[in-house]
Amino acid sequence: MATVPSDMARRTGGSLPDGGVQLDRSESAHRTVGDITAKNPVLVCRSVNVFYGDKHAIRDVNLDIAHNQVISMIGPSGCGKSTFLRCLNRLNDTIPTAKVTGSISLDGQDIYDKRQDPVQLRARVGMVFQKPNPFPKSVYENVAYGPRIHGLAGDRTELDEIVQTSLQRAGLWAEVKDRLDAPGTALSGGQQQRLCIARTIAVNPEVILMDEPCSALDPIATARIEDLIDELQQNYAICIVTHSMQQAARVSQRTAYFHLGDLIEVGSTDQIFTNPRHKLTEDYITGRFG
Amino acid sequence: MNDPALNPAAAENRAQRTRRLVEQSLRRRYRAERRFRAYGIMAVALGLCFVGFLFSSIISTGWTVFQQSYLRLDVSYAADVIDPDGSGDLETIGNADYSGLIKAAMRKQFPDVEGRGNLRDLYRLASDGGQFDLRERVLRDPDLVGKSETLWVLADDRVDLYMKGRIDRELGEDVRGLTDQELGWIDRLVADDRLEKRFNRSFFSNGDSREPEQAGVWGAVVGTFLTLALTLLLSFPIGVAAAVYLEEFAAKNRATDFIEVNINNLAAVPSIVFGLLGLAVFIQLFGLPRSAPLVGGLVLTLMTLPTIIIASRAALKGVPPSIREAALGMGASEVQTVMHHVLPLAMPGMLTGAIIGMARALGESAPLLMIGMVAFIVDIPHGFTDPATVLPVQVYLWADSPERAFLERTSGAILVLLGFLLIMNATAVILRQKFERRW
Repeated sequence: MATVPSDMARRTGGSLPDGGVQLDRSESAHRTVGDITAKNPVLVCRSVNVFYGDKHAIRDVNLDIAHNQVISMIGPSGCGKSTFLRCLNRLNDTIPTAKVTGSISLDGQDIYDKRQDPVQLRARVGMVFQKPNPFPKSVYENVAYGPRIHGLAGDRTELDEIVQTSLQRAGLWAEVKDRLDAPGTALSGGQQQRLCIARTIAVNPEVILMDEPCSALDPIATARIEDLIDELQQNYAICIVTHSMQQAARVSQRTAYFHLGDLIEVGSTDQIFTNPRHKLTEDYITGRFG
Repeated sequence: MNDPALNPAAAENRAQRTRRLVEQSLRRRYRAERRFRAYGIMAVALGLCFVGFLFSSIISTGWTVFQQSYLRLDVSYAADVIDPDGSGDLETIGNADYSGLIKAAMRKQFPDVEGRGNLRDLYRLASDGGQFDLRERVLRDPDLVGKSETLWVLADDRVDLYMKGRIDRELGEDVRGLTDQELGWIDRLVADDRLEKRFNRSFFSNGDSREPEQAGVWGAVVGTFLTLALTLLLSFPIGVAAAVYLEEFAAKNRATDFIEVNINNLAAVPSIVFGLLGLAVFIQLFGLPRSAPLVGGLVLTLMTLPTIIIASRAALKGVPPSIREAALGMGASEVQTVMHHVLPLAMPGMLTGAIIGMARALGESAPLLMIGMVAFIVDIPHGFTDPATVLPVQVYLWADSPERAFLERTSGAILVLLGFLLIMNATAVILRQKFERRW
């Protein structure tokens, strides 16, 4: 008896009769609803597929990411939004079984090209992680690390200046200026996350990727990070993965909805949350599953 | 509301039942916990008991080694014995009969002793080793020739045993090792304050000797130091490099699995096999000198490597992946990520592995027997290619010697070995704390 539903599931391409939601998992990739292009794009992704061994984690995603704009990626757990994010700075390279196909270009240059060095790419595409992960070094060393390895500062005063401006722009300077030698890991969760943001912007990237940056933080710390994203948007392209639809609505101008490895719908944040065009998007944002 | 599961009374009943069952099981759970703790305490107590027994036995037989009996003799550096030509030639002075000077001093102490046999017995109260002291003194200061001075010279090991109360006067002459006549002389020397126990300098400055009173542990200490220094110098960097490569850079495939299995196997290979390997490869094939700390260090390196590699890999595995991602996300290369972030965090664990490996190497004797470090070596080694022995082998050699006085030397050498281990571990612990303090 128990095998019947799974047999059925396999034959009908993954759709389960329960719940009333048709999870379309046919072999051909889904055609994204909405306008995937953007004016003034910094990252252009075309036919991006990601495989983890046999698992097809991202299926044929096309998406532009624009300068000076926040794009949020939403979707149920395991839909591939984090995986997609990690393609943008080639962090998936560190997973031996991961394979990425298609093209992603940064300012017209393919980042998966053989000549593209991942180290250089990651200096241009910074990343903030879900769990605050400051280095077990002092606050100063955390921020100075990027400029130091990339040789951005000529001397100590220049480095001091970079550290100070980065911490100021991350809204952390006032809180840590008297304890730059204190360990970064001794700060509170929200401060640690802002330290990670300061560390990222210290190397002046073009794009900042944020993978659920507030999921481990309390509402007050979250609000501070969201304000910070608003400010950073003036200088950077920001991609933020989030589980909180309110957060997506608050911080982003564009929203992309992922579902089981497919990019279902892209549009302006207003349109996605007020007038979703795809049934799956509507079901997700109205809370019918997620 | 008709559903019995939703009936308030039934819910009440179920809650009460849970409470009753939990209360019933509580006592049993606590009993099990107490029993478990008792087992733990018993195990610890048993361990402490054995350690206490070991230490008390070693210390009780070994502590006397820190003192040694010396004779106070009025030695006259007779010019006609040391430098008959009066040339002041150091070679002549070096080849003089210093043992004769001590004999003369003994004769002066006991003018009443006559006859070759009696005199020979008298001379035997002083150790043969005293002559080397005299020779050194004269060579250092040739002006002494023709003068005389009062010196403490080493007494024979039988005299020393008697002074330490290990020879029973009541026993018969033939079993006691000292004749009545000798005992009489000893009594007279003690009464004149010419025979007493003093701090045992020679034990901590001499190499091995056939004569127990002259045998010292310093040669073995230096040999151990040289051997272990080489072992640490080779095995720690190689072990860490191998672990870092296997853990951080090597592709995860059949080949790495195969290597991993074999490293684990290597850790379990009996140490004597490494000794045979060292004999065949380093000595036979490469022609390196026998009995040398160089070969000993290489053999112990082979033996220690798997331990350090395994511990280092475990330490690297314990570094949270978020730190690696943070560094890579900042644009650090893989080598920078490892060098700047992963390695410092893994260092305490790697040092723990090194301590375990080095402690094992320190206590190892079997593989060193195979490469000739068991030879009887009197000279203190001065380099990695000089013949040497190590403390555990010295313990083995002395434990095997028939002279009774070697018994306390054996325990003394074990004490020195334990002291060596203590210093080594303390250094490693301090180093580890220094790394760990970096939050």
